[in-house]
Amino acid sequence: MISSIIAAALVQTRPPADMQPVATPFFFYLLSGLMIVGGLMVITRKNPVHSALALIVTLLGQAGLYLMLYAPFVAGVQIILYVGGIMVLFLFVIMLVNLERTQQEKSFNKQWAVGLAAAAALGAMFVSVYVKGRALFPELPVAPLEGENTQRIGSMLYGNYMFAFEIASLLLLVAIIGAVVMAKKRI
Amino acid sequence: MVPITTLHYLVVAAALFVLGVVGVLTRRNVVIVLMSIELILNAVNLNLVAFSRIWGLHGQVFAIFVITDAAAEAAVGLGILIAFFRNKETVNIDEVDLLKW
Amino acid sequence: MLNYITSYLDKSVQMTPGQAGNLFWALVYILLVFGGVSLAVVCMNWLERKILAHMQIRLGPMRVGPHGLLQPIADAIKLILKEDIIPANADVAVFWLAPLIILLAVFSVYCVVPFGPTHAITDMNIGILFMLGVSSLGVLGIVMAGWASNSHYPLIGALRSSAQMVSYEVAMGLAVVSAVLMTSLNATGTGTLSMIGIVQAQYAQHVWFVFKFFPLGFIAFGVFAIAMVAETNRAPFDLPEAESELTAGFHTEYSGLRWSLFMLGEYGAMIAVSSIAITLWLGGWMRPFPNLLHGAAFDLAFSLFPALTFFGLAGLTFYSTSRMPKHPYFRLQTLGLGVFGALFAVIGLILLIPPVFQRVQDIYWFIAKIAVFMYLFIWYRGTFPRYRFDQLMKVGWKVLLPIGLGVLVLTAIVGVMV
Repeated sequence: MISSIIAAALVQTRPPADMQPVATPFFFYLLSGLMIVGGLMVITRKNPVHSALALIVTLLGQAGLYLMLYAPFVAGVQIILYVGGIMVLFLFVIMLVNLERTQQEKSFNKQWAVGLAAAAALGAMFVSVYVKGRALFPELPVAPLEGENTQRIGSMLYGNYMFAFEIASLLLLVAIIGAVVMAKKRI
Repeated sequence: MVPITTLHYLVVAAALFVLGVVGVLTRRNVVIVLMSIELILNAVNLNLVAFSRIWGLHGQVFAIFVITDAAAEAAVGLGILIAFFRNKETVNIDEVDLLKW
Repeated sequence: MLNYITSYLDKSVQMTPGQAGNLFWALVYILLVFGGVSLAVVCMNWLERKILAHMQIRLGPMRVGPHGLLQPIADAIKLILKEDIIPANADVAVFWLAPLIILLAVFSVYCVVPFGPTHAITDMNIGILFMLGVSSLGVLGIVMAGWASNSHYPLIGALRSSAQMVSYEVAMGLAVVSAVLMTSLNATGTGTLSMIGIVQAQYAQHVWFVFKFFPLGFIAFGVFAIAMVAETNRAPFDLPEAESELTAGFHTEYSGLRWSLFMLGEYGAMIAVSSIAITLWLGGWMRPFPNLLHGAAFDLAFSLFPALTFFGLAGLTFYSTSRMPKHPYFRLQTLGLGVFGALFAVIGLILLIPPVFQRVQDIYWFIAKIAVFMYLFIWYRGTFPRYRFDQLMKVGWKVLLPIGLGVLVLTAIVGVMV
C-alpha cells in the first residue's frame, strides 16, 4: 500500500543516531528510479496528458527524496505548489488546447538528432565534473534536526531573506496579473 | 551496500536535467516543452537541497524561492500559450514563426 | 523480532510508531485506521440515507435488514457484481487511474491524523502542511476522471468541481494559518505545524482555539467549516455532482466498483477534513473542559462517557426491537436487531474496564467529534438549497477570502498585543 511506503519513508526521517537506517538505500533507489522513469515518459509520450501524469509521478518522487534529505518543509511545499497547483494548471491547459490532430502528428521535431547530441555533450560534461571534482563534495557528519526544520526556515525567511521574500510576493502578483491579461479574450 | 552520499543525489539531478534538456530540444508540443522546463527546475532544486544537508538551510530557502518562481513562470507561460493557441489553433512549436524572414 | 515488536509496548515509549521508528506497529496502526475508515464509510452510507429520510418525513431503507441496517452490504454486493462499462474512445489507462489517485490522496491524509497523544501513525514536523498538500492531490484525480471519460457532462463537471476545490483551498489555507498562528502564543514564541503539537498547544493555553480571542477563532473555524464542505463537493456546494444538473458530473461514466471507489473517496475526504477542523479548533482528542473541570472525580465521570454512549445505543436498539411488528415474517429481523443491540451492550461493558477506557478515551472523544461533524454534513445536505456555480465562486473568492485575510491579520495583531 502506498500509505505504508509513505509511512516507512517518514519513519526514516529521524536524524541518524548511532547507525544508518537500513532501508534508506532501498528507498533512494526506488524513488530515483521512479523519477527517472517518469522523466523518460514525460519526454517520450505522444499524449500530453500521459506526459503530465508522468511528471506528477516525478514530482512526487522528488518530494520523497526531499524527505530523505531531512527537508520536510520543502517536501510539503513541493507537494502543495508543484503537484497540487502547477500540475493542475498544466492539466487544465492541456484539456483546453487538446486537439485530436496533434495526436496524429509526429511528436519529435526535425532537429532531434542534434538535440540529442547536445544533451549527450551536456551529460558528458556533468560526468566529467563529478568525476574530477569528487573532492569538492565532502561528507560532513551532520545531523540536522528534523523537529525544528520549519521553525528554522521560518526564521531565515523572515530574517536573512526578508527582502527576497517580499520580492517573491511581488513577482507572484505580477504573474497573476500577467496570466489574467494574457488569457483574456479582449483586453 | 554503499551508503547514499550527496553524489548520488547529484547524479540523479544531473540525469533529470539532461532528460529535461532533451525534452526541450526535441519535442514539438509546446506544453511538453514547458513540462520539460519544469523537469530542469526540479533537477536544480534537488541539487540545492542535496547540498543544503551539508552546508546549512540556505539551500532549502533558495529551493522554496525557485519553486515559487516556477509557479509564476508556469502560469505566465501557459497564459501565453493559450493566447497563441487562440490565434493559430495549433500547439506545434515549429509553427511559431511569424517573425521569421 | 519479538523484541522489536514488544519494544514499542514499553511504558517509557511515549511516541507514535513513526517517530519511534517501529515499522511493525506503524503497519498495524495503518491497518487499523484503514479498517476504521472503511467501516465508518459503510456506516455513513446507511446513516446518510436514514437521517436524510427522517429529515424529509419519510423512512428511508427499511426492507433489506431490520431498519435497513444491511442496506450498505447489499449496495456493496450490487456494485461489485455490476458490469464494468468503459466508454468508447476513453483513455483506458487514465480512466482506470483516476479513482485510485483520489483514494491515494484521501487515505494518505490519515497518516498524520492524531487520535490521541501517541495514537497516530506518525507525527510529522509539517503535519498540517502535509494534510493540506495531499488533500489537494484529489483535484488531479477529479480532472483526470472527467477528461478520461470522453464525454461532455463529465468534462464540464470535472472542470467545475476542480475550479471549486482549488478556490476553496485558498480559504482553507488562510483559516489554517490563523489557527497555527495561535499556537505560537506560548512562552517560547515559536509555533508548530505538527498536529499533535497543535492539540498540545491548546492544552497548554487552556482554551480550545475556537474560543480563543473570541470571536476571531470562531470566525476562522466558520471559514474553515464552510470551505471544507465546498472542498469535498458536498451540499450545498454539490453542483458538479448533482443529478438534476449534470447527471452526476465527473463520475457519470463510472459504473460498479469504480463508482464505489469515488464514494469511498468522498466520505473519506469528509472524515479527513473534519479531523483537520477538530484538531485545529476543537481540541482534538481532549475531553471537554480538561483544565477547568480537572481532578479525579471529573476524570472518572468523563471517562464513563464511552461506555454510556454504547449503552445508550444499545437501549435505542432494544427499544426499536420491541417496536418491531409481531408478525412471524419479522422474526428473523427482530432476532437480528436484538443481537445487534446486545453487541452494543457488550462493547459498552468492555469499555467499563479501567485499562480499556484509559487507553480508548482519547480515540473516543475524537471519533465523537467526527460524528458530530458527519451529522452536520448530512444536515446541510437535507436543509440547504444548492448554490449556482457563479454564486459558489463568488462566495469562495469574494466572501471567504477577505474574511480569512481579515481574521488572520486581526489574530496576529491581537496575539502580539495581548
